[in-house]
Amino acid sequence: MAVSARKREKELKKALAYEAHRPEERSIGSFKEMRKENLKRAWYRFSHNKLSVIGLIIVVIVVLAAIFAGKITPYPEHAGAFTDFANSTKAPCGQYLLGTDNMGRDILTRIVFSFRGALKMAILVLVISVPVGTFLGLLAGFMNRTWVDTVIMRISDIFLSVPALLLALAVASILKPNLTNSMLAITIMWWPWYTRIVYGVATSCKNEYYVVSAQLLGASKAHIIFKEILPNCLSPILTKMSLDVGWVILMGATLSYVGMGEQPPIPSLGQMVSDGARYMPDQWWMTIFPCLAIIIIIMGFNFMGDGIGDMLSKGDSKYE
Amino acid sequence: MSNEKTPILEIKNLKLWFKVYKGYSKVLDGVNITVHQGEKVGIVGEAGCGKTTTVKSILGILPEGQYVIPEGEILYKGEDTLKMNSRQLGKVRSGEISMIYQEPSAALNPVFTIGQQMMEVAKNSDQGKGKTKAERREMVLNAIRDVFIPDPERIFDYYPVQLSGGMKQRICIAMAIMTQRDLMIADEPGTALDVTIQDQVHKTLDRLVEERDMALIMITHSLGVARELTDSINVMYAGTVVEAAPTAELFRKQLHPYTIGLMEAVPRLAGGGIQAGIYGSIPDYLYPPKGCRFAPRCPRATEQCLENKPELVDVGNGHKVACFNIEEV
Amino acid sequence: MNFKKYLLKRLLLAVVVMIGLSIVIFVISRIMPGDVATMALGSTATEEAKENYRIANHLYDPMLLQYFYWIGGVLRGDFGTSTSTDRPVAMDVAEFLPATLELVVMAAIILVILSIVLGVLAAKYRNTIVDAIVRVLSYIGVAMPSFVIATLLLLFFGHVWKIIPVLGRLSYGLTAPATVTGFYTIDALIAGDIKVFFNAFLHLLVPAFALALGGLCQEARIIRNSMVENGSKDYLSAMRGYGVPEGKILRKYQLKPSLIPAVSCMGMDIASLMGNAFLVETIFNWPGISRYGLSSMLGKDLNAIAAVLLIFGLIFVIVNIIVDLIVAGLDPRIRLGGAK
Repeated sequence: MAVSARKREKELKKALAYEAHRPEERSIGSFKEMRKENLKRAWYRFSHNKLSVIGLIIVVIVVLAAIFAGKITPYPEHAGAFTDFANSTKAPCGQYLLGTDNMGRDILTRIVFSFRGALKMAILVLVISVPVGTFLGLLAGFMNRTWVDTVIMRISDIFLSVPALLLALAVASILKPNLTNSMLAITIMWWPWYTRIVYGVATSCKNEYYVVSAQLLGASKAHIIFKEILPNCLSPILTKMSLDVGWVILMGATLSYVGMGEQPPIPSLGQMVSDGARYMPDQWWMTIFPCLAIIIIIMGFNFMGDGIGDMLSKGDSKYE
Repeated sequence: MSNEKTPILEIKNLKLWFKVYKGYSKVLDGVNITVHQGEKVGIVGEAGCGKTTTVKSILGILPEGQYVIPEGEILYKGEDTLKMNSRQLGKVRSGEISMIYQEPSAALNPVFTIGQQMMEVAKNSDQGKGKTKAERREMVLNAIRDVFIPDPERIFDYYPVQLSGGMKQRICIAMAIMTQRDLMIADEPGTALDVTIQDQVHKTLDRLVEERDMALIMITHSLGVARELTDSINVMYAGTVVEAAPTAELFRKQLHPYTIGLMEAVPRLAGGGIQAGIYGSIPDYLYPPKGCRFAPRCPRATEQCLENKPELVDVGNGHKVACFNIEEV
Repeated sequence: MNFKKYLLKRLLLAVVVMIGLSIVIFVISRIMPGDVATMALGSTATEEAKENYRIANHLYDPMLLQYFYWIGGVLRGDFGTSTSTDRPVAMDVAEFLPATLELVVMAAIILVILSIVLGVLAAKYRNTIVDAIVRVLSYIGVAMPSFVIATLLLLFFGHVWKIIPVLGRLSYGLTAPATVTGFYTIDALIAGDIKVFFNAFLHLLVPAFALALGGLCQEARIIRNSMVENGSKDYLSAMRGYGVPEGKILRKYQLKPSLIPAVSCMGMDIASLMGNAFLVETIFNWPGISRYGLSSMLGKDLNAIAAVLLIFGLIFVIVNIIVDLIVAGLDPRIRLGGAK
């Protein structure tokens, strides 16, 4: 693409200005300094994209808000079965920043408290499905072209062959509706993604020379799987995990929207949206603010996930 | 200096920086290369010394936005390609200069047939403009025939993945010689191939350039290839041309310590194996040496070399060298 | 030729997946707590009626045998009776499926066109304000669950800016065209009723957009990134070096190889449009099979749940095969070299 001469001029000025103030020699320091340097480099790669930093800030705020929900919210008692019909369906004002719902409960308080369920769900789902998926993927990849491979991969194909949301809904619908069961439903359809990713990496590096040479040296199977192959999978797993937090929260919100998640009076974002939708468009704040909260929290995790992906990606000369 | 011919391309003091982590990597540090009409010029140097970057900057095909050119000019037939607008540059690309890439499998689009790609090049070349499709097809088929590929009709409908490395490299050459150009840039053609095929490719290239009276810039890291194929040689080290001379002259007498080291590193059939080689590796472009870039590896380096950068000066017989301590012969 | 073998393998795999899926669905529908007969007939049914129901539905046979009875029925098009509508499930499916398909096809068209346009624009003007806007839009789009998108669009077009009808398939007072395909737009064209066609088309737009948005944003990013990645490939600088116009390089030589990764993801996304259609259909009051599926889930209507899951699985598998064919069409490396 032909870049205009003006823009080229600008780039050049920037470069000259930058180079004028740069030290002339690379500083080579102690081991400790090198580690610090590596961290700095990782941070550079992460923060290269300003959105990643914004994501990190959002995530930190959401996590802190969830932990200290009882202390920072104006009306912690509104998170439960509280009614105050005198103040019901109040529009956003100084007293209730985001308004109140039909029971007179502060929307802001309920949103902050619902972060707890969302985060709890994301953490538990990933804590269970990632190790399970990773282990099965490693196993299938290592036993490539045996019946173990076939069975594991076909089963994960089956789970991946139904839209994720649909299967989660079906499972959640036959169980009792609550947070635990909706987590279970999501976990059941989440592991195959990790199995597939790890399988891909494992089969490709199984034939690499370092694995073959380890085999020739007589290394045990466990050593090859966990010390030679697993480290190669870590970067894609971590990247996917950091992005998946957002996805799990999204899925959880959807389940709670149809009433298959956290049960009232405990607040959850999806449930607040579906409750509020009945009062549209006049009491719009009951719907819009939980919607925005969902968008912001998911976006925060996605931004951060992308940054982590940038940080872990190898061979991108741009950052070297 | 061959005075009977006019320079077709002059690269003058070209500096180029790439944007990287923590600053700008100063890859080219004042490159000077002159190519005359119909001359075959070699650029020799080790990997990473800026050969490819230099020639890519001639056509302006480096990744946009990732580099800056703080100094220098590239005069093609008297006009600076660095200052051209996209229309002027387009004219140079479509009618004046063609280029062959180092890696033939990377230089061909994997999802289009050879024919589709060559037809596109033909359509956008000065000679192909205004011709009918059938005429252009004939141009393409002739070009494929010219690089000694039998059965061009069949190759026409092949995808790159169906061809061997040698065939792909020939197709790249065919693309470059399909229309009359004044300058051909060959970036290590054949490096990716095995030696016998490489030799065939070089011969084909050499014959076609001679036939068409094109000027050639031949990039290679092999002095042997350069000796066989070129009229003059520029030896590059770490983003600068350290020595330039007519080929025969250079092989008669090397002046720059880097060239001498390079020559000594060539294994000889007469025995003795590889001689000394050159100790060390190319400098960090992010923190380049202040003076001569070869100074840290140079056996003759003095205080002066560490402080100042030597200019490329003519020492007679068209032999130019950038060194403060040329041994008196 | 390797490709035929590859295709055959792909079809075989699809059959295996479908059999596996039917087993999973069967298991899910049988591990359900509670008595099946009571759920089917209601708590007021007599013990005798329940007993008859159990015998008629082979509930006393071993599980494996039950599965074969069930799958045999399914293969003959008999999904059993829906407990919520009291009709054969097959009839419900036949009634509701076309509406969903129409919506999903429309969403798929929006998804493909807009994602390519946005992706190419972002790549062309990369690191400029255009790229940033597409990037932020795509992030927002990806971060919105379908029910949030649908709710916001409904609020906007239903209450704030009423330029497009958003609820249902047709405006009140218009009669549906005679059923040929089940797609109102196409049926209206066949019947020659332009007014109904237009009305049906407008009704499609907002729900289809709500459905497509998530995938669309993701695809735009993928296309943008692979365009940028391919942008530094030698074959493009070669083309550039030969003076091929920049626009042509972008549209043809850069786009085609860049579409390959996006197409595989698009297949996944288009297939999961069906899943997301659940909430979109419910919110926009769209009489489709997803809405039917959701209400049957909430009403624990086992036969209906099983039928919906199976049909969605089947469509998902078919779409994926089609996508594989498209990818093979785009990429000669697969077509000529067999599966990687």
